[in-house]
Amino acid sequence: MANKIQLTEDLFTPVTDNFKDAEKIARPSVSYWRDTWRRLKENKLAMFGLVLIIILAIMAIIGPYISGYSYFEQDFTRKNLRPNAEHWFGTDTSGRDLFTRAWYGARISLFIGLMAATIDFVIGIIYGGVSAIRGGRIDNFMMRLAEVLFSIPYLLMVILMMIVLERGIWPIIIAMTITGWIPMARLVRGQVLQLKELDYVHAANAMGAPTSWKLRKHMIPNTMGPILVNITLTVPTAIFAEATLSFLGLGIPAPQASWGTMASDSLSSILVGNFYQLAIPALLISITMFAFNVFGDGLRDALDPKLRN
Amino acid sequence: MLKFIVKRILWALVTIWAIISITFIIMHSIPGDPFAREGSMPEAVYQNLRSFYNLDEPLYVQYGLYLKQIAQFDFGPSLKSNTLTVNDYIANGFPVSLQLGAQALILAVCLGLILGVIAAVNRNKWPDYFAMVLAIIGISVPSFILATFLINFLAVEWRLFPVATWQTMKHTVLPTISLAMLPMAYIARLMRSSMLEVLNQDYMITAKSKGLNKGFILIKYGLRNAILPVVTVLGIITANLVTGSFIVEHIFGVPGIGELFVKGIFNRDYPVILGSTIFYSIILIFLILIVDIAYTWIDPRIKVTGESK
Amino acid sequence: MKKRLNIFMSVFFALMLVLAGCTTTGDKADPEKDDDNKDPNVETPAEKKVLRTNNHSEPGALHPGLAQGTHDSWVIDHVFEGLTVKAPDGTIAPGMAETWDTSEDGLTWTFHLRDGVQWSNGDPVTAADFEYAWKFALDPNNASQYAYQMYYLENGQAFNEVGATILKEYNEAVEKAEKDGTEPPEKPVIAEADLQPARDKVGVKALDEKTLEVKLATATPYFLDLTSFYTYYPINKTVAESNPDWFKEAATFVSNGAFKLTEWKHKESLTLAKNDSYYDAAKVNLDEVVLYVIEDNNTAWQMYQTGEIDLLDNLPSEVTGKLIADQAPDFHNAAELSTYYYNLNSDVKPFNNPKVRRAFGMAIDRQTIVEHVAQGGQMPAYGVVPPGMPDVSGDFRENAGALFEENYDEAKKLLAEGLAEEGLKKLPELTLLYNTNEIHKVIAEAIQEMWRKNLGVENVTLENVEFQVKLDREQSGDYMISRAGWIGDYVDPMTYLDLWVSDGPYNDANYSNPEYDALVNTAKTSMDPTVRMEAMHQAEQILMNDMPIIPVYYYTRPHVYKENVTGIYTLINRQPSFKFADIE
Repeated sequence: MANKIQLTEDLFTPVTDNFKDAEKIARPSVSYWRDTWRRLKENKLAMFGLVLIIILAIMAIIGPYISGYSYFEQDFTRKNLRPNAEHWFGTDTSGRDLFTRAWYGARISLFIGLMAATIDFVIGIIYGGVSAIRGGRIDNFMMRLAEVLFSIPYLLMVILMMIVLERGIWPIIIAMTITGWIPMARLVRGQVLQLKELDYVHAANAMGAPTSWKLRKHMIPNTMGPILVNITLTVPTAIFAEATLSFLGLGIPAPQASWGTMASDSLSSILVGNFYQLAIPALLISITMFAFNVFGDGLRDALDPKLRN
Repeated sequence: MLKFIVKRILWALVTIWAIISITFIIMHSIPGDPFAREGSMPEAVYQNLRSFYNLDEPLYVQYGLYLKQIAQFDFGPSLKSNTLTVNDYIANGFPVSLQLGAQALILAVCLGLILGVIAAVNRNKWPDYFAMVLAIIGISVPSFILATFLINFLAVEWRLFPVATWQTMKHTVLPTISLAMLPMAYIARLMRSSMLEVLNQDYMITAKSKGLNKGFILIKYGLRNAILPVVTVLGIITANLVTGSFIVEHIFGVPGIGELFVKGIFNRDYPVILGSTIFYSIILIFLILIVDIAYTWIDPRIKVTGESK
Repeated sequence: MKKRLNIFMSVFFALMLVLAGCTTTGDKADPEKDDDNKDPNVETPAEKKVLRTNNHSEPGALHPGLAQGTHDSWVIDHVFEGLTVKAPDGTIAPGMAETWDTSEDGLTWTFHLRDGVQWSNGDPVTAADFEYAWKFALDPNNASQYAYQMYYLENGQAFNEVGATILKEYNEAVEKAEKDGTEPPEKPVIAEADLQPARDKVGVKALDEKTLEVKLATATPYFLDLTSFYTYYPINKTVAESNPDWFKEAATFVSNGAFKLTEWKHKESLTLAKNDSYYDAAKVNLDEVVLYVIEDNNTAWQMYQTGEIDLLDNLPSEVTGKLIADQAPDFHNAAELSTYYYNLNSDVKPFNNPKVRRAFGMAIDRQTIVEHVAQGGQMPAYGVVPPGMPDVSGDFRENAGALFEENYDEAKKLLAEGLAEEGLKKLPELTLLYNTNEIHKVIAEAIQEMWRKNLGVENVTLENVEFQVKLDREQSGDYMISRAGWIGDYVDPMTYLDLWVSDGPYNDANYSNPEYDALVNTAKTSMDPTVRMEAMHQAEQILMNDMPIIPVYYYTRPHVYKENVTGIYTLINRQPSFKFADIE
């Protein structure tokens, strides 16, 4: 059986310009971040988190002005009122409007959380990245230094700093970030070290790519996933740390309030049946945590180059 | 490996010395006197006290005395107790904190890993959402609020557990839960994200295409590789858990070492601050060392600095 | 590779097993322990009466000479006994001493010990035990914080001060050397040879086994009262000399009071048992007392709610407020010799002006604070001396009445006048300093609001610092307004009025008024009660006119105990006593 291939004229068409199309990527060429956003939008839970964050942020800005009460005005004839039409969140033991205080607290808590996360992130990524990429002696020295600082109990450093500094928002943020960036730096370093051994980084090395370029093009995008998870955990950690400080009496100075001070001040409210006084700040903290977490998870999935589909 | 360990132990000694020095300096620069109190104290009484504890020596002499003491594993007396030395505090409290921490660690690691794996394997299906909501609840409520809720509902309302104190196994349940929630959630999320990454790796796909048993792949390749980031943080988590939590021990009346340095600072009890800090640091450094060894052992790609020469 | 994985997995499963194991042991423990924490009535069987309470924090020294706070003294008061005791009604009654006589000049006291009084180890309590204990507290080498309670003894202060001048010179030399950066001198050693002669001169001597002779430096009318105070309790000399650490563990602990220490789980709980060798043991009904060490007041209250604790003080203020409102049958309140007030630093503008100070004092609504903020049934304070101090006849406070009134219009007027006198257009930024504490915080917030509403003062900022920092800043004058409190040392208005003489020990307000000083001095030196009291009434009125301090309220001591507990009594400035308590 001789199978002959029939060669006909029409099989032999001249190559035209459109061969370039064949090389074209099927997907429209989009930038890295737009691509991320596109995939993020598909994640319903993450978008819900984002919406919550936006609502919280808006309420933090306008919330304190809605009810017409100030966060400090006391009225003992109206103390311990349960949530009602006049006071939507009720009043506290001094007869202050909890709605106003809750959103005033949102302002302070969110600000502390975001600032601390940002500072941790910036210091951590620079420190960890440089340490891992430089390697050798510099890496060794930088990690030893971080290790020394990190081996001092976090709470000890924070409390000591709070006693040295005056009371206020910025001292809290400074005290929390003074050693707070170290886990981030360690994480970044660990990730980069792992990536360093991968082929495409070797290739970049072989081609003599500068450190900053490697950082920007390979390291940061590829380490973004775990780092983002870490950031979304830093916001709650910072809000938590502030709450812990409040519990120790080192929180925001009275009569201002953060969610942390509101919660720790109303711990005893549960003993006399005024559960809502503790539940409101606790719930707001939880909602914030939920929002940041689901959003962070979504962002992580969207950013991860390995999860592209 | 031996060379690596010896080198690390030498480094640890240097680290501890650095920590002693940093803490010593900050501690003596905060305002307040350990013997200050309302009303007067006759000059002679004050001088006798300062002389008794060598606080009237110049700071560098005190520093020298302290280093000499530490070399003999003597953390010195407590300025606030004639009964217990700092060594006593640690000897009495550490077993308690260790037990509580170990219980919490086991709970956190087991639940965390299970939730993380379930979530990753069932990505974007209801077990994923369920596991993550559980995890998020864990990081949504600050431990002092969680502890208050647990006591109020499980102990006071429903009388399932005793409120506080440290007597029987039953007394340890509520503090263990309070302590475990945060690391549990942390581990679950970390596990989920790293497991997701691993599931998309080529070797997983290869293994699957070879038709290997799904569960086998998951354990043999998946878990082993995905657990790396968890191992990285395990040292820190363990150190945090076994050295006790101020809040949990304070609220549940647990006689551990968690509140040592917090109270040390508030009392200006210098030997207690230093002693508890050093002890905490030793535990942390030791655990990080173990984690580093475990790390190289699980992931052959990472080389130990000491070994590579 | 495979081996490593296997090891890893086996460790993992081992962890799982331990977890499972823990849960099961936890479950198993349930039924046995279940009845342990439920109903107090069921829990304490008839044959053994156990009272459970909270000591709030770990005692630092259960040693009469070294004790320094309520966390020490509450236990010590129940396990030790002095020469005299305070009866439940507050009067002084014989304790270890059955009788005593005093010389005409009031300087020499002779105490005759009761027959057959014993230590918990069976040793007899002797006069030498008292001599030893008192000299122990004074010994500079023991660095007792309450040594000055023994300064009433002849040559007591001199003994405690042996070496003080040397140490003082040394301290100054060190400070100077640190400033100049030069080499400081060696620390001097106070030789035993210098101590012994001073020790021997101290005015306390055991004449024989049963007779103690005490010589005082000056006549002290309330000396008998002092002998019921814990620094004056005896120590078993034989035990203490053979084992200096005797007071650190229950096993070696020897005491002479109604109870003895049988178990001390550090930072966890203390167990006291009835001391059968106590002379009055027949009146002691409890077999055992468990004192937990729970620092969190909310937790302690919840333990009381669930019946894990039978007697509790230091209640959360919200809870006290509710108990008072509900007229709870297990709630009890006791008066306390203690005043809550604010210091105004007279050294800084605008508080150098008495009118400004008065304005701030008059603009506070004390009734609201007591009723809605402090909530412990306290009394609003319109003077500085709390009720409970005897006058020539009657009560000093009642006789004096309110020394100023709350009047917001008058306050505004005074403020404007005061500012004009100081040449100020408006008030500078003011800071109210308080030590971190829930109750101080809410009171400060309320007062800040009252000044804003009633006085139109908008620029008061609250600053909370730790207790130690507050004391530091008050002493160095680095504050404007600060929260303070004072517990009377003894039952005489002088314990308060003495505070604000120009060089007074606790005059953090930096107040100085020669007229006031003169009146206080009159009261101190005069032996005529009428003259003394009259001078003190006048002094208090001057103080309130000048108002260097703003009194807020007089403290109370709210506490609760279960309705089946009887025989609890509260002496002034002490925690509730369970010495004669019973459980029905």
